[in-house]
Amino acid sequence: MGETEYAVIGGGLVGMAVAFGLQRAGRRVTVFDEGDVAFRASRGNFGLVWVQGKGAGLPDYARWSRLSAALWPELAAELEEASGLKLELSQPGGFDICLTEAELAAKAASMAALRARLDGDYPFEVLGHNRLREMLPAIGPKVAGAIYGPEDGHVNPLYLLRALTAAFLGRGGRIENGAAVAEIAPLAWGFRIGAAPGWRAEKVVLCAGLGNARLAPLVGLNAPVKPNRGQVLICERAAPFLPYPNLHVRQTGEGTVQIGASSEDVGLDDGTTPQAMAAMAKQAVDMFPVLENIRVVRAWGALRIMSPDGHPIYEASRAHPGASLVTCHSGVTLAACHALRLAPWIAGGSPPVPYLESFSADRFALSPAA
Amino acid sequence: MSDPVPLIVIGAGPAGLCAAAEATAAGVETLLLDEQTAPGGQIYRAIGRASPERQAILGSDYGRGARLLEVLDSGCLDYRPSASVWQVTPEREVYFTIAGQAQSLRAERIVLASGAMERPMPFPGWTLPGVMGAGAAQTLLKSSGLLPGGGAVLAGSGPLLFLVASQILDAGGRIAALVETTPRGNSMRAMPYLPAMLRMPSYLTKGAVLLARLRRAKAPHFKGAHNLSAQGGKRIEFLRFTAGGRDHDVPCSLLLLHQGVVSNVQITRALGLAHDWKPLPRAWQPRLDPWGGSALEGIAMAGDGGGIFGARAAELQGRLAGLDAAYRLGKLTQAARDAKARSVQRALAAERAARPFLDRLYQPAAEFLNPADETLVCRCEEVTAGQIRGFVKLGCLGPNQAKSFGRAGMGPCQGRVCGLCVSEIIARARGADVQDVGYFRIRPPIKPVTLAELAAMACAGPNDAK
Amino acid sequence: MPIDSPFRRLPDAQARTLAFTFAGRELEAREGDSLAAAILAAGIATTRHTPVSGAPRGPYCMIGLCFECLVEIDGEPNRQACMVEVRDGMRVKAMQGARGLGKGPADE
Repeated sequence: MGETEYAVIGGGLVGMAVAFGLQRAGRRVTVFDEGDVAFRASRGNFGLVWVQGKGAGLPDYARWSRLSAALWPELAAELEEASGLKLELSQPGGFDICLTEAELAAKAASMAALRARLDGDYPFEVLGHNRLREMLPAIGPKVAGAIYGPEDGHVNPLYLLRALTAAFLGRGGRIENGAAVAEIAPLAWGFRIGAAPGWRAEKVVLCAGLGNARLAPLVGLNAPVKPNRGQVLICERAAPFLPYPNLHVRQTGEGTVQIGASSEDVGLDDGTTPQAMAAMAKQAVDMFPVLENIRVVRAWGALRIMSPDGHPIYEASRAHPGASLVTCHSGVTLAACHALRLAPWIAGGSPPVPYLESFSADRFALSPAA
Repeated sequence: MSDPVPLIVIGAGPAGLCAAAEATAAGVETLLLDEQTAPGGQIYRAIGRASPERQAILGSDYGRGARLLEVLDSGCLDYRPSASVWQVTPEREVYFTIAGQAQSLRAERIVLASGAMERPMPFPGWTLPGVMGAGAAQTLLKSSGLLPGGGAVLAGSGPLLFLVASQILDAGGRIAALVETTPRGNSMRAMPYLPAMLRMPSYLTKGAVLLARLRRAKAPHFKGAHNLSAQGGKRIEFLRFTAGGRDHDVPCSLLLLHQGVVSNVQITRALGLAHDWKPLPRAWQPRLDPWGGSALEGIAMAGDGGGIFGARAAELQGRLAGLDAAYRLGKLTQAARDAKARSVQRALAAERAARPFLDRLYQPAAEFLNPADETLVCRCEEVTAGQIRGFVKLGCLGPNQAKSFGRAGMGPCQGRVCGLCVSEIIARARGADVQDVGYFRIRPPIKPVTLAELAAMACAGPNDAK
Repeated sequence: MPIDSPFRRLPDAQARTLAFTFAGRELEAREGDSLAAAILAAGIATTRHTPVSGAPRGPYCMIGLCFECLVEIDGEPNRQACMVEVRDGMRVKAMQGARGLGKGPADE
């Protein structure tokens, strides 16, 4: 029981980035988080700071992702300074590798269409097998080529969460964890967080991932998010062989090789399946035959938080001023925008970009997807 | 897809061999998968090929294992050694690798008999080369006739520590020191459990014989030792500890540790079964019914993987699980199962009764459950106890957040070595119960498997010809 | 058996002797030995240097649980020495940090 200026619901990458950003903006923040076992996309993700391919259906999402990628070095530097951790941020550009010419052609066409909608301001290259091999010598003969996005990169997502948490606590933030927030009640002034008597907050920011779907209507918001499962294989550490991240295989700063990722609509099941594990392994070996004898030490499944169109939802409640919603499935890529641009807006500033309204949940009311 | 195998037994120690024996005797076609190259499990390791001299040193309890191997002659049994099982699904698909070839088979019923492991004994310096488990040294004796000859130091607590010491002496080896870490208050706290123990007087007699053997050998014996640290540059050079109010440095080139044995819960955890924290042995135990059955239809556990009750109990649990499998597969009537089970259940109850006394008497000292800050707890990822405590200060409530913050449990051993300790450290730091703190979520594969092995399964389902 | 080994062998007249190399050194094993046992018998305590800090490690559990005895066998990295029986002519090296990819010659 206590009082806070801002209650951030959810201590994952989205919630902690927003909390850290609110704190930077001079706000007093308490984060409410679940216990050790929960659906946690922040513990199960691929660590990409990724631009290419995002926004095909909403060019403003491409703009927003690019902005975040550009802001990432600033966020990383500040977090590393505050936490003493190395986040292993590297943005050398990245690849989306294709095993067939048809797949490569389809992706190239989609990227070209996106570039046209962005008035030509959208860098990428389509590389055939031979040109790709000059940059990624480990590719196998089955690889047709790849899309290269010069703004793509990766980071250690686990150290990102730890650094955000350490920085937030180090600057006087507070985390209340151990149980999911079951209810939020608008009061005459502010909100009650949790069952009565609960905490009292002047403002509340919903960053609860899949939990937002249930919490949003309590404060006049709409978060039609659903789970989408991704499974990933984690291999033993290897000597560096992959100088660039790519969408299916990346090598972390420590040498671990990660292979992803499935995409399945299976509800709230974050398990793994032998079938998906085998398919991912086959694809990885086709792309990089040199990996055939590397050992998988662990696999995991985690749930992406998907809105109907896959894009973020950012919304301030009109019915209950002071409540807002932040949800997306790219908590790593967008961490920089969330901390450095979105949080100042939630703290009372003006919209950080002229197109912020593109991310309003209003778009679902007008489309059949809602 | 071919028909499912009626019964797959995983593990060829006493529990698995006995489960297979009962099932095959009832006519159940049984596949027995074992990770080792020869049957017997850890307790009867290499029993089929140990020379008579070696058997004499290892004693009659070891020799008992030989008759468990008779099941291998059964026409109903398909025994496959060197099989590394890396995934068991709730749908009873078993994935395993033999000689670099991954395979999968679906079973109507599964008996898990994955056994026990020595409780890891973390303290400063325990990762130095030349420091190993006392049980590991016994494995070397059983399977290779290797004897600590140059004066080993044995340190820790528990019956196996005395047994190994005695076997080393019987074989003509030398012990530089026996450093017992059992806290002095343990024997008083174990007294309430003594009456039940007396149902199995043979255990007390065996203990007395071992202690007398050690006294005769006149090896230096320290009791109530604490503040242990292993010291050395590239390998162990000496063990430092406090005992009897004095500090000691005992030089050694081999330091053998023991702190009891605990269930290997990797398979049951990966299956998502519920586990209960047992405060006396300070370990987890999967929740099972009296036949070893789990909450998952058709999947049972027998032996020390379901709680430590010893080799005899493992045989009995194996028999019960095998009988129940035969009944549920229609090879025994319920009445026949129950009739055969009656004497087994009685004997099992007596074996179990002895356990609380031993668990309390040899409960590890606090410094091995909740070690000093500088102790490497996760050996794979090199995470210290102090770092885990630091994660608690960041709001970490349990081992899964600790894993995420600092990689504890993310290495190839998947938390087998650090899991118990990480949960204990977090519990103490939070002032919470270990049951509430919980355990790592274990994910497949539970043994490393190559990408090529996995990839080869991409087109094939369970039981497809490979 | 080297004098500095903390282990000695019990006499076993029937056991056949096998030859293998560790880091280029020619060593003897007995048929049926796990590789880890044969390495320890030869007085070698360190089977790997960790990929995290480079610290030396040796066999700890001997039953395939702890992954401390990881070695390279005939060019194949990160094998558990306690889970593999010695074969005549095996070429073995300690693991030095993270593995390489692909197979390389064992004793270059």
